[in-house]
Amino acid sequence: MNLSKLSTLAAAVAAVATLSATPAHAGKTIDAIKARGQVICGVNPSLPGFAAADSQGNWTGFDIDICKAITATLLSDVTKVKWTPLNASQRFAALQSGEIDVLSRNTTWTLTRDASLGLNFTGVTYYDGQGFMVTKKSKITSAKQLKGATVCVQSGTTTEKNLADYSKAMNLNMKPVVFETQEATNKAYFTGRCQVYTTDASGLASVRNKEATNPADHVILPDLISKEPLGPSVRRGDDEWFAIVKWVVFALIEAEEYGITQANVDQMKSSTDPVVQRILGTSEDTGKLLGLDKDWAYRAIKAVGNYGEMFERNLGPNSTLKLPRGANNLWSKGGLIYAPPVR
Amino acid sequence: MEQGRPDLRTASALSPKGIKPARPAPPKKRDWSWRSQALRSLLYQVVALALVISAGYYLLGNTLENMRLRGIKSGFDFLVQPAGFGIGESIIPFDSSESYVKAFAVGVSNTLRVSALGIVLATLLGTFIGIGRLSRNFLLRSLCGAYVEFFRNVPLLLQLFIWYFILTETLPTIEEALKPLPGVFFSKNGLQFPIPLWADGHALTLAGMSLGLVLAVWWGRQSRRHFEASGQLRPVALPALALLAGLGLLGWLLGGSPAALDIPESTELNVVGGGSLTPEYMTVLMGLTVYTAAYIAEIVRGGIQAVPFGQHEASSALGLSRGMEVRLVLLPQALRVIIPPMTSQYLNLTKNSSLAVAVGYPDLVSISTTSLNQTGRAIECIAIIMACYLTLSLLTSWFMNAYNRRSLLKER
Repeated sequence: MNLSKLSTLAAAVAAVATLSATPAHAGKTIDAIKARGQVICGVNPSLPGFAAADSQGNWTGFDIDICKAITATLLSDVTKVKWTPLNASQRFAALQSGEIDVLSRNTTWTLTRDASLGLNFTGVTYYDGQGFMVTKKSKITSAKQLKGATVCVQSGTTTEKNLADYSKAMNLNMKPVVFETQEATNKAYFTGRCQVYTTDASGLASVRNKEATNPADHVILPDLISKEPLGPSVRRGDDEWFAIVKWVVFALIEAEEYGITQANVDQMKSSTDPVVQRILGTSEDTGKLLGLDKDWAYRAIKAVGNYGEMFERNLGPNSTLKLPRGANNLWSKGGLIYAPPVR
Repeated sequence: MEQGRPDLRTASALSPKGIKPARPAPPKKRDWSWRSQALRSLLYQVVALALVISAGYYLLGNTLENMRLRGIKSGFDFLVQPAGFGIGESIIPFDSSESYVKAFAVGVSNTLRVSALGIVLATLLGTFIGIGRLSRNFLLRSLCGAYVEFFRNVPLLLQLFIWYFILTETLPTIEEALKPLPGVFFSKNGLQFPIPLWADGHALTLAGMSLGLVLAVWWGRQSRRHFEASGQLRPVALPALALLAGLGLLGWLLGGSPAALDIPESTELNVVGGGSLTPEYMTVLMGLTVYTAAYIAEIVRGGIQAVPFGQHEASSALGLSRGMEVRLVLLPQALRVIIPPMTSQYLNLTKNSSLAVAVGYPDLVSISTTSLNQTGRAIECIAIIMACYLTLSLLTSWFMNAYNRRSLLKER
């Protein structure tokens, strides 16, 4: 909603204005998290598969699991996390002003965001691309047929710009109708105000699945018009915290590569494989270098499983979204998911 | 000097211009000693001003310092860069390769487009409803009362959602668009209609209409003078309209009667060409009009009721017809009460148009939000929004205050 958004922004601006101008000292975020006994994680208010709350207020999803893994690593208890649902246009202000510790909200890594918003992307957790959804009735099969179409799009996303670029390059003259919230965008598309809905392909699958009366009536076109590498981000100026968020995700990817799962992580502790030993802290103490204990990665894997399990549970064929692994498979299986070694 | 209202001619003799004020006493020499009130009040003002300035300076400096430490870039340099996003509707042609400044200009024009028309429509509707509330007809009075109570007590944002829902839900899709007239399409895509294509001949039409306007104003003044001199009313509205339309028509005929129309045509996914009103624009216009009209109705009713009943009796005694009574006696007095609160409503309407973003209308706030997210310059974009609304509001106030002074001058 517009007013709440403006007030959040205004509050963030006011917060930046009144903060004392002391330089950020190392490890400040970790100290604050330990003192409050809670990680505050900015998430999408409603994007089933990535982040969504059920009627009891339990959050589930891929982005949620990443925060849970970080929380388990730092505080040994996955429940010690506070979820802050954020609109696309609120998210960066919330991170800048210190309202949240980490932003795990299907956010595209771009140069402008990385270089000018006072935040650091810790890596890519999901390789996505922007797509189009149309009704089956329209009999459209390719984005090139969308000449003159009206397109529903949410504000505060990279999507608006990609749409303009594509429309211009292909000479399609598409008309964007920009809404503030995801709900308003969904509603406008499903009432038929727009012939086309555009956002990241994973988001389209999520929206189709959750909002359509009959998901089979809607088609996601095969054309992907952009690269949308999604990943968590943290505030600049705290390298220790940056490193922890980065390496928790790497550890989850490494765990998949070396076959460590949520179910077998306890048995794996007695593994003789030196790599597994290093990840789980049974030989070298890798945690010490990050300012953590040696069980750091063990706790993350125990809490949410490895990267592949997270994907399967929230997005993969066993979930409601049924997204293919595709580019998000391990590098060794033809995908792009690759983590530097834990050593 | 321009003549005032007819019934006030005698008053001009009593106005400040008529009476020579007594020569003012020579100003006393100010006492600037430490104990003097003048010095103390000056000191207080200097201290207060210094506090405000230093607080502002501290906040600004601190903000910039914090932003620098956190690696947040700042500055207005982004304004000249290409915006890179498209805008769904605008009266100024806009392309995604044009600059952010242009995008903001489109946002302001869209805000103006909806609030200016909204102010006119809300004033008309509100005046009717306000007068309706004073009607002797029970049904009309109650309906107008119910209107005011309903629309004033439901949040505007909710009303916008309801209007938008009604429009987008009930209208047919573009393939099955309603065609009430040839070339007119009404669908979920909005209302599309033919507009005249610009031809050189239209310049003469415009010239004719301008001449008509000048003559109409002249005629209005002439008939006022005639009325003041003789007490006889001459028709004003109809001749004025006739002058405007007649001379416009004459210009059009002289210009070779260009009749080419830009007629919308339906393509596979859209209707292109012609003029168009999107459902978003109609929603915001309707929502703002209907909501603000409820407040204006109350102001109009209050203003009319503030005129003492004796004025009505007096005008009846003079033998004025009901229409003349309203136009010459009641309205001039009611306006003095009405104009100041009306100004606030106009300001409210303009500011409330910022809710347009909720239903996808690309107003100033919507464009700023997008720009903010593309560039991350939150403080700058919010400052631009504030500056734009402040300017619009101050202009509206200034205009209305000037009008208010005009209606106040003739105090008896």
